[in-house]
Amino acid sequence: MPAHDVLIIGAGLAGQRAALAAADAGASVALLSKVHPVRSHSVAAAGGINAAINPADDWRSHAFDTVKGSDFLGDQDAIEIMCSEAPGEVMHLEHIGVTFHRNESGELDLRAFGGASMNRTAYVADITGQAMLHVLYEQILKYSDRIDRYEEWFVTSLVLDDDGGCVGVVARDIRSGRMETFAAKNVILASGGAGQCYKPTTNALICTGDGIAQAYRVGAPLMDMEMIQYHPTTLAENGFLITEGARGEGAHLLNADGERFMEKYAPNKMELASRDVVSRAEQTEINEGRGVGEGGGGIYLDITVVDRKRVLEALREIVNIGRDFAGTDITREPIEIRPGQHYIMGGVKTDINGATPIPGLYAAGEVACVSVHGGNRLGANSLLDTLIFGRRSGEHAAARATGMAMPSLGDDQLRRDATEIDDIIGRERTGRRVSEIKEELGVEMNRNVAVFRDEAGLRNAHEIVRRLKEEAKSAYIDDRGTVFNQDVLGALELSFMLDCAEATVVAAIERKESRGAQFRTDYPERNDEVWLKHIDIGRNGDDVPEVSYSPVTITQWQPEERKY
Amino acid sequence: MAEAHKPPQDFTLRLRRYDPESGDAPFWEEHTIQLGPHRSVLEGILQAKARFDGSIGIRCSCRAAICGSCGVRINGQPGLACHTHLDKALAASRDGVIEVEPMGNMPVIKDLIVDMDAVHWKKIQRVTPWLINKEPIPEREYIVPRESMIDVTQSMACIQCGACVSDCLSMEVDPLFVGPAALAKAYRFVGDPRDAQQFERLKDLAEDPHGIFDCTHCFKCIEACPKGVAPMSQIMRLRRRATGDHHIVDRNNGERHEAAFVGLVKDHGLLWEAELLPRSYGGNNFFGKFAPPSALELIDSLPVITKALLRRKVTPMGALKPHKLPKDDLKQVKRIYDTVEGRDERIELNLYISGYDEDVEEAPA
Repeated sequence: MPAHDVLIIGAGLAGQRAALAAADAGASVALLSKVHPVRSHSVAAAGGINAAINPADDWRSHAFDTVKGSDFLGDQDAIEIMCSEAPGEVMHLEHIGVTFHRNESGELDLRAFGGASMNRTAYVADITGQAMLHVLYEQILKYSDRIDRYEEWFVTSLVLDDDGGCVGVVARDIRSGRMETFAAKNVILASGGAGQCYKPTTNALICTGDGIAQAYRVGAPLMDMEMIQYHPTTLAENGFLITEGARGEGAHLLNADGERFMEKYAPNKMELASRDVVSRAEQTEINEGRGVGEGGGGIYLDITVVDRKRVLEALREIVNIGRDFAGTDITREPIEIRPGQHYIMGGVKTDINGATPIPGLYAAGEVACVSVHGGNRLGANSLLDTLIFGRRSGEHAAARATGMAMPSLGDDQLRRDATEIDDIIGRERTGRRVSEIKEELGVEMNRNVAVFRDEAGLRNAHEIVRRLKEEAKSAYIDDRGTVFNQDVLGALELSFMLDCAEATVVAAIERKESRGAQFRTDYPERNDEVWLKHIDIGRNGDDVPEVSYSPVTITQWQPEERKY
Repeated sequence: MAEAHKPPQDFTLRLRRYDPESGDAPFWEEHTIQLGPHRSVLEGILQAKARFDGSIGIRCSCRAAICGSCGVRINGQPGLACHTHLDKALAASRDGVIEVEPMGNMPVIKDLIVDMDAVHWKKIQRVTPWLINKEPIPEREYIVPRESMIDVTQSMACIQCGACVSDCLSMEVDPLFVGPAALAKAYRFVGDPRDAQQFERLKDLAEDPHGIFDCTHCFKCIEACPKGVAPMSQIMRLRRRATGDHHIVDRNNGERHEAAFVGLVKDHGLLWEAELLPRSYGGNNFFGKFAPPSALELIDSLPVITKALLRRKVTPMGALKPHKLPKDDLKQVKRIYDTVEGRDERIELNLYISGYDEDVEEAPA
C-alpha cells in the first residue's frame, strides 16, 4: 500500500504547487490525478495573474478591489493573505521559469483586468495558465526523486479513521482498472471545480466536482455554493472562453444598435467592471431585445479597436479560437459572445491554511472555498488563489505530518468501491443512459440557476436534480472492460456532479437577496442586515442537504454600495 | 459574419477500435452523427460515445485545443480531434467517411488512446526540461529583453499533444531520436536568457547521435502542430545556436556537414553531392577528400555509392564536376548569401514576433 506524508489529489496549479511546497518542507509526497498533470483545467486560464508588483501599486488596493468584487462576501483575512503574498509568489514563479512577458525595460509587463483599480495582471500572451502549468510540471519532473506521480488515477473515495480524521483515499488506476488504497497522513484536495454541472460551460470535461462531492460525502461542509460565475465573453456558438484580456487590451462590447451599452451599467469601468456586473448587463440587453445574432441571444465583442499587431502578439490564442471555432477573424470583425458558466466561487470550506474541518483533509484551488472570492471572483485572481493556497496547504500539511505515525488502513472502503464499480458495469439496460442524465442536468442548471434566478425556477431545478439523482442510481453504461473504462468513471462523475448541483440549488434557494453572482429577480437588492453571511451546506444522508451559516470575516473594509 | 450557424447534417466517422482485453486485432467501426459542419471531429466522436457506444476510448478534456489530450490521426493526418472541423475532415476523406485512428510512433493502449509515457514523455525528460537558473537569482524578476520572452513563447505554446511525434519520419527510422516536441522544449531553455547552461544543453544535444542533427527537415512536424510551434524551426534554431553562436564541433559531424553544405551551394549555386561527404569529413575545401577521415568515410560508403551508380542516380563524370548554373543565377545566389551574412543579427522565423505572412499586406479598407 503506497503511504505518504502528503497525498495530493489533482495536479493542476494548486495541486502541483502544493506538492512542491510540501516536498520543499521535507515531506514525502504523492501527486495523484485522473488526467496527466498538463491536461488539468488550469491550462485553460488565459488572461493572467494579479499581483501588486508595480511599485506604485499596493497590495491593499488589490485586496480592496477583491473585497469589492466579492460584493463583500469574501473573508477579508484570507483576501489580505492572498494579496499581500501575491508579489512574492509571482516572483517565485518567474524564478522557476514562467516566461512572463516584459515591458520595454525588461520588467514584468502588467495588463488591465476587470474590477481592478490599476494594471496589475502579469501574463504570458493569452496562455498564462498553460505557461504556468507547464513550468510547474517542469519542476515536478525536476523533483522526481521527492514527488511520486500517479498519473491517470481516479479517486473514488476519501477514507476516514474512527476518530473522523482523513487518512487516505481509494483510487483506480485508469489504465489497468486496478483499485488501490493509499495511506496518507494528510490529503490535499486540489481537484478543481464542477463546471460540467452546466451546459454550456467554459470548463473542461474533467471538471466534474469530484473533490467537492468526495469531501461533502465524508462530512466536510461546502460554502458559497450558490455563487456561480458566468463569464461575460464566451463564444455564442459553443461556450468557449474568450479571455477577459481582450477587454483588458481595450475591446468593446456592443449591442444590436451598435451601442457601447456598458455606459448605462458601469459608467466608470465600462467593459472592465467585475464579471457579475458585465454578465448581468449583457443578459439584460439580450432579454430586452437588443441582442445580436440568431434569436438575438448574443452580444458583439469588438476587438478590431485594438491595434492588430498587439492582438496577434498578446491575444493570439483567441485569434485562433475565433478562426477555428467561429470562423471569425477577430482582428477584422466583431465576434458574437454571451455570458456563460465559468467558475464556482464556492467549494469545500477551508481556513487560511487550506485546512477543512476534517483533520488531515485540506483543499486548495477551485475545489475549495477559503473564501477569497465571495460572491464574485475577479479575473486573474483564480490563478493566484490556486498558488497561494496550494502552497499554504502543502506547507501546513507537511508540518502537520512531522512526528505523526503513518496511519494504517484496512481495505473496507476499497471493497465497497470495487463492488459499486462492478454494479455499475453490470447494470441492465433498463434505466436511462448516463450521458442523457448528464445532458439534462447541464441544460436545466443553465436554464434555472444562471445569471438571473427566482424562487420558481430554483425550486424547479431542485426537483429535477432530485429526480436525476434517483435516475442515476439505475443509469447504465456500455463499457464492460477494465482498461481505460472511461464509461464507468463517467457514471461516478455524474454522481459527484449531482451532489454539487444540489448543493448549489439549495444554497441559491436559501439566499433571499441579490449579491455578486446570485441575482434573484424576486429579491433584487443586497440585504446586508440579514445576508452578510456565508451559507454552508452539509450532507444529510440521502435527504435534502442541511443549511447552516457562518460569519463573514471583516478586517478593514465595511460593506458599502458597489458601483463601477 | 461567421459560417458558424449552419444546420446540423450527417457525418459518418470510421473509428479505429482496439480492445486489449479481447485478444482480437484492431478493427474499423462506423458511426453516423449529426452536427453542424463547423463543429469538431471530437464533438462527433463524443456524440457517438454518448448516443451509441460509451466504450469508445479517447482522451479529451478542454475541447478547445489547449489541453492537448485528443491527439489522433484524421484521414491519415496527425492533429487534435477538437481542432479539426467536420466539413474539412470530410473534404479530406478518401471515400466520404472521416477516418480516425490513434497517433503513430507510440504504442496503442485502447482505441484512440496511445501510451505517451513510453515515448513522448520519456523524450521530454531527456532534455533536462527545467530552468537551470543564472546566479545570482535576483530579488525581483530577471531583467531580460522584451523580445526574448515573446520569442520563447512560441515553444512555450506547445501543449504536449504528441501530434508531431506521431508522424516524425526520423523517429520512425530511429526510435531513439529525441524528436520534435522534446527539442522544441529544449529551445524553450536555450532561448531563455535566464538559463545558465545554454552551451551545455546545446553541446549535449549536438553530441547525441540521436540529437539535433538527426532531424531530416521533412516538415512533417510543422504541418502536424496545431499550435504553430513549428518544432522543426526550433530544431534549426538549436543548430544555428550550437554552430553559429557557440561554435560547437560535434562528433556526429553535424557542424562540419552543415558548413560543407552551405559552402558548396555558395560556390556553385547548387549542391555538389559528390563533394559533400568528403568535405564534411575531411575539411571544408577542395582538399577535404584527401584527408584520412574522409577516405575512411568514403570506403565505408562504397556500397551506397556503387548502388547509386548502378541506378544511375549519379554518373562518374557528373560526380567529378559540379552542376553548372547560368552566370546570372549564380550571381543571384551569391547576392542572397551576401545579404544574409551581412546582417548584424540573425532573423529568426518566429510567429510570435513576425506574425502571419498576410500581416505584411495592408488590411482592406
